[in-house]
Amino acid sequence: MFKEFSTRYVAFAFGTWWVLWTAVVWYIITFYGVSWQQALVDASINMALLALTSIAVLNTIKFYRPTRGNLLYLRLWSLLHALFISAVHGWLIAEIYSYQIEVVRFVELSSPIRYVFNLVMIGISTTAIVIYHYVKDEREHELRKDAAEQLAKETELIKLRQQLQPHFLFNSLNSISALAGSKPEQARKMIQQLSDFLRGTLRKEEQQLTTLRDELHHLQLYLDIEKVRFGHRLETAIQCGAELEALELPPLILQPIVENAIKFGLYDTTDAVLIELTAQLAQKELIVQVKNPFDAVTAAPRKGTGFGLNAVSRRLYLLYGRTDLLKTHTEGNLFITTIHIPQP
Amino acid sequence: MIKAIIIDDEPLARSIVAEYLQTYSQITIVQECGDGFEGMKAIGQHQPDLVFLDVQMPKINGFEMLELLDQPPAVIFTTAFDEFAMRAFEAHAIDYLLKPFSKERFDKAMEKWMKQKATPQHTQALLDTVAAQQEEQQRVVVKTGSSIRIIPIQEVLYFEAYDDYVKIHTKDGYFLKKKTMQYFENTLDPKVFVRVHRSFIIQVAEITKIDSADEVLLKSGKRVPLSRTGYGKLKTVLGI
Repeated sequence: MFKEFSTRYVAFAFGTWWVLWTAVVWYIITFYGVSWQQALVDASINMALLALTSIAVLNTIKFYRPTRGNLLYLRLWSLLHALFISAVHGWLIAEIYSYQIEVVRFVELSSPIRYVFNLVMIGISTTAIVIYHYVKDEREHELRKDAAEQLAKETELIKLRQQLQPHFLFNSLNSISALAGSKPEQARKMIQQLSDFLRGTLRKEEQQLTTLRDELHHLQLYLDIEKVRFGHRLETAIQCGAELEALELPPLILQPIVENAIKFGLYDTTDAVLIELTAQLAQKELIVQVKNPFDAVTAAPRKGTGFGLNAVSRRLYLLYGRTDLLKTHTEGNLFITTIHIPQP
Repeated sequence: MIKAIIIDDEPLARSIVAEYLQTYSQITIVQECGDGFEGMKAIGQHQPDLVFLDVQMPKINGFEMLELLDQPPAVIFTTAFDEFAMRAFEAHAIDYLLKPFSKERFDKAMEKWMKQKATPQHTQALLDTVAAQQEEQQRVVVKTGSSIRIIPIQEVLYFEAYDDYVKIHTKDGYFLKKKTMQYFENTLDPKVFVRVHRSFIIQVAEITKIDSADEVLLKSGKRVPLSRTGYGKLKTVLGI
C-alpha cells in the first residue's frame, strides 16, 4: 500500500501540498481586485502559518496519539488554532502594509471566509497526520511481529537440529571408557569418530541445505559409533544411487530418523537388527525410507511417532510449510519411516 | 563367594563393570546378560548377591524386570541419563552409577553396598516409587510359567482382585501379577480405567451397558458389580 514511506517522501508531499494551496489562495485573492503582490504576500503568510501549525501537530502526535475519547480536544484545538492563525495573519498584513485603510478593510471583510478556510485546512492536515501515524504504527508493528516470528522460527529450527540425545553421548563416552582399559587403540579411534560426528553437528548448524552425499557421510559417522556400542547386534544397509548424491536436503535430518529406528529396533527385540536406508527420486522429491524390524506382538504400544520423529516432522513443516513430508507405516514386522524432500 | 550378575545391553558397558570388579577377589561374576529376559532367568538360576543393572534395555527395562521377580536382589543401577530414574534412586538412597563412571566412584558404590546388605528391601521400595511416579502406565509385564508377556494397557478388559494378586483379564484369558488394586488404580489413566468396585477396575471402552446402579455389563459378556462410589465415579467419567 505505502511502498515508499520514507521521511523524505513525506516531506516532499508535505511541501508540495502547501505550495499548491498557496497558489490556489493567491489566485482566488486576485479576483477581489487586490494587486497580485499583495495577494501573494497575503496567501503566503496565511499558508505559512498553517504549515507551521501542521508541523507542530506532526511533532506532538509523534509522542502522543489521540484516542477516541479525546478527539473532542483535537477539534477544540483546531477551532482555537484557526482563530489564532486568522488573528496573527490580520495583524501581520496590517503591519506590513502600515495599516493602509483598504488593506485592513479587505482583511476584515474576508476574515469569516478565511476563518472557515483555515479551520478546514487544519482539520484536513490534522486528520492526515493522524492517519499517517496510525498507518506507520501498524506497519512498524507488522515488521516487529514478522521479525519476532522469524526469530522464533530460526530459534526453534536450531533447537530442533541440536536435539542430540544425551543417552547417545553418555553411552558412547562409557564405551570409550571401557575401551580405554582393554583396547586403547580402539578407544582413540572412537574418540576420533565421536569428535568428527559432533563437529559435523556443529558445523552444519549454519547451512540451510546440504547434499545427500554429505548427509550420508555424517550418518555413517554416527552408525560407526553405534556399531561399537551395540557390537554385532546392529547391521546397516544403505542404498543410494550415485546420481542422487547431489540432491539437497536439510542437514542432520536423517540421523534422528535412523536413531529412532535403532532404538525402536534394538529395544524391541533381542536379536541382531538390520536397519535399511534407501534413497530415490520421484516427482521432484527426494524420498528416503528407513526400515527397522520390530516385534508386532510384544512391541510396546507407542504414542504417536516418538519424540525424535516429531522433531523431524516439525522441522520439515517449518522449512517447507507442509505436514505430509514424514510418514510412518508398518509392513509385517517392519516399521518404515519415509520422508519426502521437495527438490527445487 | 559373592555372586554377581551384570545386565546391560551394551557389551562394552558390561566389560567395564567386569574390569572394575577384578579388584574384588571375593566376588565372582556368574553371568553377563544382554537383556531383561536373560537377566531374569539368570537371577532365578543363580540367586546372586548383587546385580549391576542398566535401566534402558531391549524389550523390558530394568525396573520391569525387577518387578517380575518374587524376591528382587540387591541392585546397583547403571544408567547413562534418565532423570526419572535418578529421582527414584535418590528418593530411596539407592546407589546408582552414571555412565561413564570412574573406578573411584565404582568403589564407593561397592563400599556402600557392603555396609548395608539389606538392599533387597530398598529395591522393593524403589519399585513402588517408580510405579507411582510413572505418569501413565502404558503396558503390564507379566510372567506366565517360564515366559514373559507384555500386555499393552488397552488390551486389558478389567482387573480383578485375587488375594495377594491381581487378575489381569484380556481376551486371551487372565494373567496374575503380585500387586495391589491400589497400585493399578494409582498408575492407570483414570479416564480410561475406573475402579467400579473394591475388587474391580474396568476399562471404560469395554462397557456395553449399565443395567442398574449395582451392575455393569462388559462387551465380553462379563457382569461386574458396581459399588455406590464406583457408580458415582463411572457417571463422572462418562459424563452422565
